[in-house]
Amino acid sequence: MGGHESNGMPQIGSMNKKGQIITDPSELFFLSPRTQAFLTGSEVIKEAVKRASVDFSVAYPITPQSEASSLVGELYADGYVGDYMRGESEFAVMGQCAGGAFGGARVFTTTAGPGTLRAFENFPMWAGSRLPIEVVFTVRGVNSPLSIQPDTLEIAFMLETGMLLWHAEDAQDLFDFILKGYIVAEQPEVHLPIGVICDGFFVTHTKDMVLMTPENRVIPHYNPYASPVTCMDMESPPVRMMRDPFVMKSNYISYMTHASWQLEVRAAIERSRKHTIQLLDGLIEVENPDAEIMLISSGTAVSQSREAVRLFRDQGVKVGLVKIKTIRPFPAQEVREALKNAKHIFVPEFNVAGWMAKEIKSVIDRSERVVAGPHVAGGMTMPPEVIVEEIERSLALRGKKELIHG
Amino acid sequence: MGREKIQINEEFWDIMPDDYKDLVNHSTYGKTDRGWKDVGSSTELIAEHSLCAGCPESIAFRHIMASMPSPEDTVMVGSTGCTSLVFPMVAVHNIHSLFGNQNAVATGLKRALNVRFPNKNKDVIVLAGDGATVDIGLDMTLQSWFRGERFTTICFDNELYANTGGQESGLMQKGFVAKMAPVGKKFEKVRLPEIARESGCAYVAVLTTSKPSLVERVVRQAVLIAREIGPTYLQIYTPCILEIGKQSMEGLQEMRDAEAAGERFKFREFITPEAQAFIDDMAAKKKAEKLASAAN
Repeated sequence: MGGHESNGMPQIGSMNKKGQIITDPSELFFLSPRTQAFLTGSEVIKEAVKRASVDFSVAYPITPQSEASSLVGELYADGYVGDYMRGESEFAVMGQCAGGAFGGARVFTTTAGPGTLRAFENFPMWAGSRLPIEVVFTVRGVNSPLSIQPDTLEIAFMLETGMLLWHAEDAQDLFDFILKGYIVAEQPEVHLPIGVICDGFFVTHTKDMVLMTPENRVIPHYNPYASPVTCMDMESPPVRMMRDPFVMKSNYISYMTHASWQLEVRAAIERSRKHTIQLLDGLIEVENPDAEIMLISSGTAVSQSREAVRLFRDQGVKVGLVKIKTIRPFPAQEVREALKNAKHIFVPEFNVAGWMAKEIKSVIDRSERVVAGPHVAGGMTMPPEVIVEEIERSLALRGKKELIHG
Repeated sequence: MGREKIQINEEFWDIMPDDYKDLVNHSTYGKTDRGWKDVGSSTELIAEHSLCAGCPESIAFRHIMASMPSPEDTVMVGSTGCTSLVFPMVAVHNIHSLFGNQNAVATGLKRALNVRFPNKNKDVIVLAGDGATVDIGLDMTLQSWFRGERFTTICFDNELYANTGGQESGLMQKGFVAKMAPVGKKFEKVRLPEIARESGCAYVAVLTTSKPSLVERVVRQAVLIAREIGPTYLQIYTPCILEIGKQSMEGLQEMRDAEAAGERFKFREFITPEAQAFIDDMAAKKKAEKLASAAN
């Protein structure tokens, strides 16, 4: 975290106004003692933000993130967050977040489902403006008639926004991803917004055991002067950036400038890999890599798949599992490698579209190995037995029944 | 930001662009009595622009830039439209993000600057067209006033969507025939100045840019009141000569006609008693200083 010593940034080892010690991220994540707590996902969001040196947070009510964004307000009232407000709509909220980040603040917000889509125009703008805002998406249904239930369809809309997208499986991931997300997103060579995704209700409203870093330690403050683009605070010379605004010109230079910037945003996503691999211990996690039948997914679908793997193991059948932690950058090579020996690949998902199956098919060879399912949607749960049944049915259709009971 | 931050390392003088050298040598950064009279004699904060010849918006831009009390600590927020052709060449930090969200962006920006510079005045000024301010962005314009956000909103009112080719807007006059109003606009010009007053603005003014001294007074007042008291709103007529069928040299007369007695841009202002007391107090202090320096 070089650069904090200059520019008047609070130094590592010093205390913030709440008496929390500013701590080197690696030390905080990997060396400091962790204490166990039994918390809801919403409470986990609060605990992570308390340790994140957040300057500005904007809230707006929408199920299932309302509790979390209210709890961040409590942090503000207690002096742990610089400023906090309720916006007037998600479109405005994400504009307010943009303004805060343009002004050099570390910004945190949360939204879900229809809120994500209401705000949508802002996300590619954040990425193009290189604003390292963190938003927690507690994903829920976006269909009509109205649904507030868990559903991961909204992630499909987010895939090409130019944002980093990490998908938490459980409360522990959520805690770690919120803190580690800032460290990766704010790297000068990355400097992009990050969406930390968790499944609404399944993670936000259930209690889970979480190992938390010490309450009196925080990650270092955001240093806006390490940004690859100018911080809009009039503390640096206001160079006239363009002699001729290319934005509305119909000429080759204009097209080329826009095209190269879009490529640069995508290249920045790729450059986040090395930082992410180090902090998350890889972009994927693999169980039983030599199994012929592999399950692969992200979020709580992974937890359900773990149970399905256990049910198969009880029957004496070896099934493998790949957990995808980062959807952007998509771990294409890692997935290819993990699935190279698989004969049958199943992608359990909590949405009607099967977008994760499409992502996987697009990066592996012999994509006919992929079965896009099982799917549940609209708030339905996915008991592990459903995954087992789907695998058995599909394999029977493929004439591979012996794999199950052999 | 102090003047020292724009200084050029001696080694680099020969390779710096002329307009940057001008900024260092002749800018009005830090000059407490800067104003429209500096235009032409010191480096202006807007040099070239690619607006149409004779566009009143470019004149308004120049007068506003010359009148801001502390450009060295001012950040501007724009929106999509003709102004976004000018902002890239303005010598204060400025943000373009989306069409219509300018007052939301300014809200976050002002709050971030307050958190980061608690002991410094950092002024935020929104400058957007009437489509951005009144139509697509009305919700965020009003909500920022309801919340009492401490920044100035300036609307360049040309009574239509100019950059997209002359479509009907909420600030267009009733009956005007335009694109998307093929048989004439069917409802009255939105009364945003009155709405601003009722929405919590501490200072509101309606004017044209025909008189630079007036622009200077209201801009200075609006920024200082926003700094200390609450939100402020200026609505400035900047006719789109192209779309109303005028010649390049006819913009000034168009503004003069529109600000005549009984016309829609006749100068009017509203100020809360609290803001007035603040302005009076400032004037009294300035007078006392003058007397004191004269006595010495």
